[in-house]
Amino acid sequence: MAFLRDVYTILVEYYPQLLAGVKNTLLIALTGTVAGLLIGLLTGVVRTAPLSGNPMLRALHKILNAIIAVYVEIFRGTPMMVQAMVIYWGYAFATQGNTLALLPSGILIVSINTGAYMAEIVRGGIISIDRGQFEGAMSIGMSHTQTMLRVIIPQVLRNILPAVSNEFVINIKDTSVLNVIGVTELYYFAGIIKRQNFQTFQTYMVVCVLYFIMTFTITCLLRFVERKLEGKDTYTIFGSQSSSKAQIQIRNGEG
Amino acid sequence: MAKDAIIQLEHLQKQFGNNAVLNDINMAVYPGQTVSIIGASGSGKSTMLRCINRLETPSGGRILFHGQDVQARGFKLADYRARVGMVFQSFNLFNNMTALENCMVGQITVQGVNRQQAKERAMQYLRKVGMEPYIHAKPRQLSGGQKQRVAIARALAMQPEVLLFDEPTSALDPQMVGEVLAVMRALAEEGLTMLVVTHEMAFARDVSDHVIFMADGVIAEEGTPAQLFESPREEKTKQFLSRFLQQ
Repeated sequence: MAFLRDVYTILVEYYPQLLAGVKNTLLIALTGTVAGLLIGLLTGVVRTAPLSGNPMLRALHKILNAIIAVYVEIFRGTPMMVQAMVIYWGYAFATQGNTLALLPSGILIVSINTGAYMAEIVRGGIISIDRGQFEGAMSIGMSHTQTMLRVIIPQVLRNILPAVSNEFVINIKDTSVLNVIGVTELYYFAGIIKRQNFQTFQTYMVVCVLYFIMTFTITCLLRFVERKLEGKDTYTIFGSQSSSKAQIQIRNGEG
Repeated sequence: MAKDAIIQLEHLQKQFGNNAVLNDINMAVYPGQTVSIIGASGSGKSTMLRCINRLETPSGGRILFHGQDVQARGFKLADYRARVGMVFQSFNLFNNMTALENCMVGQITVQGVNRQQAKERAMQYLRKVGMEPYIHAKPRQLSGGQKQRVAIARALAMQPEVLLFDEPTSALDPQMVGEVLAVMRALAEEGLTMLVVTHEMAFARDVSDHVIFMADGVIAEEGTPAQLFESPREEKTKQFLSRFLQQ
């Protein structure tokens, strides 16, 4: 009972801080995931584009591919907490003590980190699309860009949505590491509250539940979107199935 | 005669690594003709068709479209592909679009047709192949034969001068084969120029004006259907056709 009373007190006394924490956590995670997805789409399209016949463009494309590969490996291969410190204090070092605003820094770090993962998710999504989709588009004269925009990317987005949801949920949880540079997300406020009320367990239990509510809501929401994107299972038939208006009449067994 | 050809192949070659798939192919397709290409699997029929549409890059020789080299620098490949339609064995309809959208997207993006006109033209060809009732169905909701008819409508909606068919019935059951062949037969009768790679011998014999028999990457024999099916000269042709002719 003492536990419930403590929890109640925390909620009543600190709800402005908790709310601010939840708000910032969601903001950073959402913006970071969307920006990361855009980075992923861009790099994925660049890396899967056919090499140009023009030697200059070809060289440029290869250099770009190399840069992307290095970016992906570095940001996937190091902890986001360390990336946060390096980028934030690296900027301070380079500008002799100027620092970036905290919230934008947080968003930037999560975006770049997510982008590295999304790059691989999108690339996988693109190469898993049947070659026939590309050939069908090419055979009617569509350019690579048109094919990507109209045919491939819409299918890729639908296919990678589960992986993107996954990244979003990971980001909600992983924004907690941004407290190392002092971003005022939920975990940061938990630290402040704990230092005031000395109730470490109760405080972190509240925060734990709040994180779970956020991730579970997002999971349900994105699953709903996924089902919507699947499209309708049914379609409307116009007129009779053996349309008499057809100029070429199909009779069974002909041919 | 050679001047009037829509498509002409001169000494066409294609190698995959050190495997020569096509060797010195020479042929021409004239307006209004239906040309069938027959031959065993692996004889290079499909590769030849894919070279014509530049889905494969030839290793040597020339492909001429109205006398113009399609590999020349500055050749407008997108325009060319819009004028040379292709129908695939695996349909290759765009999975994210309905039957109607499949037939509209090329007109809009490649030919710059406005939406309303594109829709009318798409409807015209979907009606023609008897798929009007299914315009709002996605490819996954259609049977193989229906998909192939939509694919033919998609190619026709670009109003091409010649249509290439790459084994259009090989993935279908016998009844669906019938519905697709009926469409192709009607198109041939209307005078559409077609180049058809097929294993349907009856179609090649009855519908085409010219039949090409390919074996081991070369044109082993060609002629009118009557010549090829009734009195083949080459031993390879006789062997290949023996099973069909016995029926």
